[in-house]
Amino acid sequence: MIPGPFTYHRPESVQEAVRLLGELGEEARPLAGGHSLIPMMKLRLATPEHLIDLHGIGDLKGISREGDHIVIRAMTTQHELLASDLIAASLPILHETALLIADPQVRYCGTIGGNVANGDPGNDMPGLMLTLDATYELQGPEGRRSVAAREFYQGAYFTALEPGEILTAVSVPVPPAGHGYAYEKLKRKIGDYATAAAAVVLTMDGGTVATCAIGLTNLSETALLAEEAAKAVIGTSLDDAALKRAADAARAIMAPAGDGRGPAEYRIHVGGIMVERALKRAAARIRAA
Amino acid sequence: MNDMTLTREQREARLEGMGCKRKRVEDIRFTQGKGQYVDDVKLPGMLHGDFVRSPYPHARIKSISTEKALKVPGVLAVLTAETLKTVNLAWMPTLAGDVQMVLADGKVLFQNQEVAFVVATDRYAADDGINAVEVEYEQLAVLVDPFKAMDADAPVLREDIKDKTDGAHGPRKHYNHIFEWTVGDKDLTDAAFRKAEVTIKEMISYHRTHPSPLETCQCLCAFDKVKGELTIYGTFQAPHVIRTVVSLIAKLPEQKIHVIAPDIGGGFGNKVGAYPGYICAAVASIVTGKPVKWVEDRIENLTATSFARDYHMTTEIAATKEGKVTGLRVHVLADHGAFDACADPSKWPAGFFNIVTGSYDFPVAHLAVDGVYTNKAPGGVAYRCSFRVTEAAYCIERAMDILARKLGMDPAELRLKNFVRPEQFPYHSALGWEYDSGDYHTAMKKALESVKYAELRKEQAAKREAFRRGETREIMGIGISFFTEIVGAGPSKNCDILGIAMFDSCEIRLHPTGSGIARVGTKSQGQGHETTWAQIIASEIGIPADDIMVEEGNTDTAPYGLGTYGSRSTPVAGAAIAMAARKIKAKAQMIAAYKLEVHEDDLEWDIDGFRVKGLPEKFLGMKDICWIAYNAPPPGLEPGLEAVSYYDPPNMTYPFGAYICVMDIDVDTGVYKVRRFYALDDCGTRINPMIIEGQVHGGLTEAFAIAMGQEIRYDEAGNVMTGSFMDFFLPTAVETPHWETDFTVTPSPHHPIGAKGVGESPNVGGVPCFSNAVNDAYSFLGATHIQMPHDFWRNWKAAKELGAV
Repeated sequence: MIPGPFTYHRPESVQEAVRLLGELGEEARPLAGGHSLIPMMKLRLATPEHLIDLHGIGDLKGISREGDHIVIRAMTTQHELLASDLIAASLPILHETALLIADPQVRYCGTIGGNVANGDPGNDMPGLMLTLDATYELQGPEGRRSVAAREFYQGAYFTALEPGEILTAVSVPVPPAGHGYAYEKLKRKIGDYATAAAAVVLTMDGGTVATCAIGLTNLSETALLAEEAAKAVIGTSLDDAALKRAADAARAIMAPAGDGRGPAEYRIHVGGIMVERALKRAAARIRAA
Repeated sequence: MNDMTLTREQREARLEGMGCKRKRVEDIRFTQGKGQYVDDVKLPGMLHGDFVRSPYPHARIKSISTEKALKVPGVLAVLTAETLKTVNLAWMPTLAGDVQMVLADGKVLFQNQEVAFVVATDRYAADDGINAVEVEYEQLAVLVDPFKAMDADAPVLREDIKDKTDGAHGPRKHYNHIFEWTVGDKDLTDAAFRKAEVTIKEMISYHRTHPSPLETCQCLCAFDKVKGELTIYGTFQAPHVIRTVVSLIAKLPEQKIHVIAPDIGGGFGNKVGAYPGYICAAVASIVTGKPVKWVEDRIENLTATSFARDYHMTTEIAATKEGKVTGLRVHVLADHGAFDACADPSKWPAGFFNIVTGSYDFPVAHLAVDGVYTNKAPGGVAYRCSFRVTEAAYCIERAMDILARKLGMDPAELRLKNFVRPEQFPYHSALGWEYDSGDYHTAMKKALESVKYAELRKEQAAKREAFRRGETREIMGIGISFFTEIVGAGPSKNCDILGIAMFDSCEIRLHPTGSGIARVGTKSQGQGHETTWAQIIASEIGIPADDIMVEEGNTDTAPYGLGTYGSRSTPVAGAAIAMAARKIKAKAQMIAAYKLEVHEDDLEWDIDGFRVKGLPEKFLGMKDICWIAYNAPPPGLEPGLEAVSYYDPPNMTYPFGAYICVMDIDVDTGVYKVRRFYALDDCGTRINPMIIEGQVHGGLTEAFAIAMGQEIRYDEAGNVMTGSFMDFFLPTAVETPHWETDFTVTPSPHHPIGAKGVGESPNVGGVPCFSNAVNDAYSFLGATHIQMPHDFWRNWKAAKELGAV
């Protein structure tokens, strides 16, 4: 449980961080909250020779509204998300989800950028970003570019991030006022990854679902956007049959591994239940409003 | 100097003696981060040792090359079995009469087994060194399932003893067999089963788990070449035993070994045994001439140092149609892993598992335990229970529920019908124990009334109907357990560890100004001995608890004791403390008689001093007696006021309790909610009710963890799957239920203050209570017995198998 030797760098600008990453090549890794990388280093499953700590870069901090988007800079911690009035008012599902990530100590350090950029299927934010149709701002040696979250995830720990690139911000379109939302997460205990989790954002029009997006966490190699499941409820009043169709459509794309949280069969089963429950709770929020 | 203006109540209160909810004095330092743990001890020139461990569960070691490791900056030495052989320490004896490799000798027998010990100037260099040691393995067939251990074609695990037909506890039936231990009358028991009107039979497994104290096992060894003395700081629950064992193994004179157990961050049985880390650190210190520290990390703790349980108990009960039990027959298959490193008193290969008749009056019983080797970590420690007592309590309490179900009786009624009756104490059980005292019916009835048991059953019946009608997906379970513990090992007539009798001890030394120090042979790991020991003394000799300092853990100063585990501290050392105090009181009485110019028999004890009978104004307080004892003792009486007592208990003590759990389970997800947990404990005389309550909370939390998900799990290839707190369930405050505690008091008749011990009762009684609640929830769907642990996915699986999902 002791990492191997490495050189520590603390750049003060994104440009400097990108330059260091470019110069040091494959043996360099950017360090955000460290909650994935440092445990891997302690087990020596990751042995980077250079750590580029992003904590000294002021430009990577902060939450702001830019037009109809909320822009969350990458080094914003989960705790800062929870403390943000802007998030609570505009993206309440982000607030709800951040509260379900690990425990307060982890949330003081863990960042949104690290959470979405690492490509860990167990992380909660990627599924949410798929649901919300967020865009990731990347900066690399070739300059800046934007990639839709829905295009970003390629496999477990494989993403569209090119070598030398840093994810600098997450840009989330603000859902319409009065939308319904819910993040249902089944976990064994505080601090655990999801056994299965589902994110739902929907709008309703006269008692039926007008728009709906559903994201799934830890039910495949990457977070999933359950498009067929969402289609199954649009135009319905979320009656039991529609809920069941949505759950079954979501289950059809799940491919989790069996682990200590249960065999794949169980995780798929409860994955569907999380979808049903998230849909019901999202709709209930609208009806209660 | 005794302030006679105080009322009797004020004088009593000032002592903070037995029965007082005295705040824990040790918490002043713990809550301020001022505890001194092993890892806080730093000696000049100290080195750090760490292990190369096997990635394979069973493999032959073809070669070990340390050449590259020795070139790593900071690495000073690498120990292997070959190095240890030069000092005859490649193997070490276990507490269970087996031998265990210190470092892998020719082969490895479990994943994460210690293969080489790298010694370096700091922990980073040691870890770099580990990664540079080259080991070539040849994988061998792996034995994971204990039920296959004695197959004809099972792989040979222990080549060192494969041809030995006799083990430490009698004949061996197979090369992977360790022992067979039988108790009770087989013929009479078999006859009872032949005549039985009703019988049940069930294989009840108690899965492998781990004590997992927050502070892992660690030590710091410093060998002084000039003096030839070895000082060991360690996380030892039994420091004196460690000193004697080190002396015997290392052939060092015992007076030259100084064992110091500083503050300990939880033990729960994990810190009773001796581990390769201790031997390697000691040898490394002798080799390098420098202090060497070894500190386990979490993965190492969970996967290599002692596990607990792993008992597979085929249980049969014979009974009449009316529900009177007539016989008990149990066969246990015990998975001990690669070496039998069970921490039991030496003559008890299955601990006190023969308490398995529980709280019930079984006329006959028979028990057989077969221990086997597998490719898993060694151990078998008493994780917050007396030796194998939680296994026994789980076995009988599940079996009684299964019998109740078969008879169509309420499980509480079945228990009440079969309890040992108050007038039967001292009660001789069919498997050989003499229960000291108990009043089971009173405790059980109080528990049932407290939770309004009848109403709960009505609610459950209504919920079951609602479930059948499809109105809810939630099922309700009511778990009952009634346990009898056996603690306080133990009487020298039946208990020893490697020949060391299991007495305990106390030395009390009072100072001239009326305060004092008590040194005890036990070692607190969080139990609060510094608080409670002083309370016993305060009540016995009238010196306020605040004026008594309690010290444990340093073998140079503490009298010889067998340490703290198996709820033995209060039953054994608590008695020694009272007896030492009474010796002091006897001398104090002689002094008081002389000063008050009366015969000793004319004095009576009055809270904090002696009074002349019938003359209330003629009083001499203990504080004054302390001064007189040193400075003006009666002629012919030697000065000073101190005493030592070594206590060999005449019997064990038998705490008991009645627990009830109410649980709701969502069959669709398997998610459970513990709605209510009521725990009534009878631990005899209660020394500090606040500490008892804390002990019960802690023990119930661990019981909850074990029953509801905590396990050490291996895959079919022998890989250990639960190496971190991500997968090994250690509940946080969020998951932990609310506990309701209650008590009755049935003092032990043979203990000087009537106390029985409590630390482990809640684990012993808690595990069956949770499991019975789960099983009760599913019983109306047709379940007879669902194995632990009852985590979410397994609850769902149970529902699925019963057709409810």
